[in-house]
Amino acid sequence: MKISGYKRENGRYGIRNYLLILPASVCSSDTAKRIADNIDGAISIPNQHGCCQIGDDYLNTVRTLVGFAKNPNVGAVLIVGLGCEGIQTNVLKEQIKESGKPVEAITIQQEGGTIKAIAKGTEIASRLAANVRKQQKVEFDISELVLGLECGGSDPTSGLASNPTIGVASDKLVSLGGSSILSETTEVIGAEHLIAARFEDVKAREKFLQMVKNVEAHSAASGNDLREGQPTPGNKEGGLTTIEEKSLGCMHKAGSSPFTGVLEYGEEIPHDKKGLYFMDSPGQDIDSITGMVASGAQIIVFSTGRGTPTGSPIAPVIKITGNTGTYNNMIDNIDINAGKIITEGVSLPDMGEELFDLMVRVCNGEPTKAEALGHREFGIYKIGYTY
Amino acid sequence: METVLRIDPKDNLVTCLRAVKSGEEITVDGEKIKVRGDVPQFHKIAIEDIPKGGICYKYGQVIGKASVDIKKGDYVHVHNLVSAKDFN
Repeated sequence: MKISGYKRENGRYGIRNYLLILPASVCSSDTAKRIADNIDGAISIPNQHGCCQIGDDYLNTVRTLVGFAKNPNVGAVLIVGLGCEGIQTNVLKEQIKESGKPVEAITIQQEGGTIKAIAKGTEIASRLAANVRKQQKVEFDISELVLGLECGGSDPTSGLASNPTIGVASDKLVSLGGSSILSETTEVIGAEHLIAARFEDVKAREKFLQMVKNVEAHSAASGNDLREGQPTPGNKEGGLTTIEEKSLGCMHKAGSSPFTGVLEYGEEIPHDKKGLYFMDSPGQDIDSITGMVASGAQIIVFSTGRGTPTGSPIAPVIKITGNTGTYNNMIDNIDINAGKIITEGVSLPDMGEELFDLMVRVCNGEPTKAEALGHREFGIYKIGYTY
Repeated sequence: METVLRIDPKDNLVTCLRAVKSGEEITVDGEKIKVRGDVPQFHKIAIEDIPKGGICYKYGQVIGKASVDIKKGDYVHVHNLVSAKDFN
């Protein structure tokens, strides 16, 4: 099956065509945004980290920033640093350059302050954006697509209707040679035995189970019980009682395909070994989506029972609900109603096809409601202290 | 549309597809069960007695254990069902 998009230097294909203004740290986020605001087609991300982080937190932030820049929905990158931050612009630049796409960098300290940095950044961004805009769309095979699977503000209809619908669409993409990513380690607790059984590779299975154990151990070691926050008050009001019940509904997004491998948060998904992957992430939606986009997902399908508006800076996010009441209540935000399975008796395979058709249209350029409303939420998974 | 959905034959909890009033009768696999308590849409009802500590099933899987004795027909939620996971 063919879809259309933008061919990048490394042979990957994007379905959107952004110039990314990438702040190396929180200290340059505001300046990066002001540069992006000056240029049509440019977008920045509100990086809240990038300094005084160590260990896994440092690696998570670097992987996320580099991953966003390398995502094929981005045509070129301007890195904006302060100059003295923990994540140096040259570290980011070297890693982003591997993709072959144009990447340049400035620092506020070197330019001599905000006004000069904005002037220089805008000048560079203008030149980069002109080239990005010249890119013509080409046809490519849908096997080049990476789909991120998300659910948030879940209720019992998520497990009954919207997540199984996503599972049908994900299975179809995987059967056509593409890739999907399931994330949210917290929200596999209680369903991990079912997911683990679907890993063909023993080492990958063990790594997956270790990721789940790490979340449980981290929660226990902190003296808190993660169940104080999971399920959320809204999940409970909707009718979900325990983390197990929530997880057993969440996992339906991954359909019935076997799992090919596991990814660290924001780790680049292998291009030579496609299929269904699990990525380690928190259950918090924005951090989870951000990680999957950093891993290479060009598109996200996001199911919600309670209703949620959120999007992503560089990837279209399709909203689907299994709750017809929620669909009608938040029709500004939700693209597709899988509640028809419950209220109108629409079959799951038919609903899956309807979602897949919408995915193809969105890949080909149709904006999602989150895109049309300008929702560009971004957040990097943070594990420990910032020093 | 059915009133309740039993996802798996192993399940001792069913999901209400509409709000159900206390005293209403629901039918599960031919058996009539009188509902004890108002149950909001998409919330759960026990279809058999589950003693305190007993395992509660949905999707044919463990979703927790009874924190008090649950009677057939009871509304089941955070007041009588808790996670069965032991993280220690």
